[in-house]
Amino acid sequence: MRTILYEEHVACGAKTAPFGGWDMPIQYAGILIEHAYTRGQCSLFDICHMGEFEVAGPTACADLEHLLTQQVASLEVGQCRYGYLLREDGGALDDLTCYRLGPDRYYLVVNAATCPGDAAWIRAHLSPETTFIDHSPQTAKLDIQGPQSRAVLEMFLGEPAPELKYFRAVETTLRGVPGLISRTGYTGEWGYELYFPVEKAVEFWRRFLEHTPAKPAGLGARDTLRLEMGYALYGHELSTDRTPVGAGRGMFIDTTKDFIGKEAVMRELEEGAAQYLVGLQLHTRRAARAGNVVVADDQPVGMVTSGSLAPSIGTAVAMAYVDAPYTTPGASLAVIVGGKNLPATVVAFPFYKDGTARKKSGR
Amino acid sequence: MDTPRDLRYTDTHEWVRLEDGIAVVGITDFAQSQMSDLTYVELPSPEDEVSRKDEIGVVESVKAASDIFAPFAGVITEVNEALIENPELINTDPYEQGWMFKMKPANPDDIDGLLDADQYDDLAPEE
Repeated sequence: MRTILYEEHVACGAKTAPFGGWDMPIQYAGILIEHAYTRGQCSLFDICHMGEFEVAGPTACADLEHLLTQQVASLEVGQCRYGYLLREDGGALDDLTCYRLGPDRYYLVVNAATCPGDAAWIRAHLSPETTFIDHSPQTAKLDIQGPQSRAVLEMFLGEPAPELKYFRAVETTLRGVPGLISRTGYTGEWGYELYFPVEKAVEFWRRFLEHTPAKPAGLGARDTLRLEMGYALYGHELSTDRTPVGAGRGMFIDTTKDFIGKEAVMRELEEGAAQYLVGLQLHTRRAARAGNVVVADDQPVGMVTSGSLAPSIGTAVAMAYVDAPYTTPGASLAVIVGGKNLPATVVAFPFYKDGTARKKSGR
Repeated sequence: MDTPRDLRYTDTHEWVRLEDGIAVVGITDFAQSQMSDLTYVELPSPEDEVSRKDEIGVVESVKAASDIFAPFAGVITEVNEALIENPELINTDPYEQGWMFKMKPANPDDIDGLLDADQYDDLAPEE
């Protein structure tokens, strides 16, 4: 599949590749340039491939509380929270963000590859009174990310940007059409995720590029940016093979409520998971890659799930699942890359500590 | 893609230029553009004795890693140390500043067994 912006990407000189069933732009000017521009100025990302569901009705809150690991009932209107969709055995079907848009109206943003499966699973677990609408085909999503995002958004809108705290959103009009502006992102920088009718995608994409300093960035830079923050990518750090306890030691899981998969999650929280996700700081620019084996004194103790040169750090970093005894920050491990042992030190996330996402004003 | 007419090529995307009996080796413009931004280069060591098709180096981009192969048997005489700090020289100037190593071929006629520019262009799909 192609997003509605495919021809725009080609016109911008993009290299494209399959991702989650979609033919997506991986890079335009180059991953390193786009990465640096996001950290320093502001990048525009086509994220139209992701899925958006609306779940509404008087029973919607209770249904979502049962389906998701994050607490739903305490969300204020205009607030969103990240968490997981689990199977009964605790395996992660997806990671997703849940917005409360009204007293009885919620909006779920899910990954592209998992979107059809998520929709089927969620529908199968809703009360008869709860309505479910898959808005994905009619919804465009553009992310603007970087310290200049606020100024870029104001240039684009032609009016002041809404005052939004981190993980807050507002339903509003974007240049005359109804949409959602959310102060969230996947880069660690100040930024917004914009949702609006797909008919406006080409016009809005061009307006950003022609009337603001934002430049297009592809999924290549999106991946190095999220890796530097230690953010999980579904299919790499998260899958149905594990509960999310290993990924976050219980973060994004509300254990005070009941939800599908809770029994498996509680068991791991109480007994400890066999492996945990750790950050590995390598000491050269040579990258460890997903699938590389992690060793301690030449004994295999884990496997890399994501790895690359971290452009903002200057050395390679990796995320890896490692046997519990080897997960203490400071532990010396090694990754086998091309038959050689690359020394690596366990470090806490994020790798990159100067992100602007949580700054006060965005100016 | 730029494929200089006066160079010889391997099917693994190395180029070879003979200068006074010494072979200068790098990776082609096609290869660097497929890899895009290079972030890491590993080079052989001077005086290494290598056989044809030995994996004697590595180039990495953000997304991929690729081995560099010896185009024929011989002895490494010199490596381009500038690439360690500036691997992007391979992207910006693959046939001059981006050269990777020099080697003395065991058999100088071996270069005749390599591809010429037309044969290499036939191999690499047009971008």
